[in-house]
Amino acid sequence: MIDLILDGLSWGLLMLGSGFVVVGGIGALRLPSFYTRMHAASLTDTMGTILILAGIILQAGLSLAAIKLFAILIFLLLTGPTATYALANAALLSGVKPQLDCDESEEPLKK
Amino acid sequence: MLIQTKRILRTLSLLAVLIIAWLLWSGIYKPLLLGLGVFSCVLSVYLAHRIGFFRQASGLHVMPRLIGYWFWLLVEIVKSSFDVAKIVLSPTLPISPTLVEFDALPKGPIGQAILGNSITLSPGTVTLDVHDGRLQVHCLTREGAQALLSSDANSRAAALTSK
Repeated sequence: MIDLILDGLSWGLLMLGSGFVVVGGIGALRLPSFYTRMHAASLTDTMGTILILAGIILQAGLSLAAIKLFAILIFLLLTGPTATYALANAALLSGVKPQLDCDESEEPLKK
Repeated sequence: MLIQTKRILRTLSLLAVLIIAWLLWSGIYKPLLLGLGVFSCVLSVYLAHRIGFFRQASGLHVMPRLIGYWFWLLVEIVKSSFDVAKIVLSPTLPISPTLVEFDALPKGPIGQAILGNSITLSPGTVTLDVHDGRLQVHCLTREGAQALLSSDANSRAAALTSK
């Protein structure tokens, strides 16, 4: 019985994670500019990664493989945003201006 | 404590973490693999020494507090993921890209890196630049930008890395 519940939960997580990966792909195609497309990519990067790896961890059960999968998850979540930052910062430094919604006269939000 | 002993302590703790990690990962305890493990751990510690890892403040004291922070971050990620998914799938594509600038409350490089990466990690916000303790963040919507400015991510990252 427990097995069945765990299996169902794991498949649910895997399906939801795949859904987020697909939505991230759709977003990367639909969104208009470089920076906004990065937001869609981060959907795949974080939510897709977390859900799919959580699903696989449930499949692995209590074992060394689960610890390794968890470590892979942590490494991906540490390196993913670092790579995204490198990409965004490189774009910013080489002069890709973000297309903003507000008027030219309007100041960017500051605090 | 003497700086010298502090550095040695840091070196040894990194070595211990690496060796435990190797033993967990490999799971095969043959002399050859153990020897290779010791070799790569020592090599890693030497390379860390070469890039000046032990010269700056270590982030090890942050580790125990990370678990609580991760749970909070996970909740934030789930919330903003559904928001961004909704925006991407809605036919009108209601985006209003906004730039946000604010001062990072964490003063050290580790705290600022954690803050910047946490912001990038949650969908809908990407850190573009960290310069002189000031963060520049690109947000997908204006509401997301306002939510970021009023969120406690900044103070949480600061509390995480304070001594």
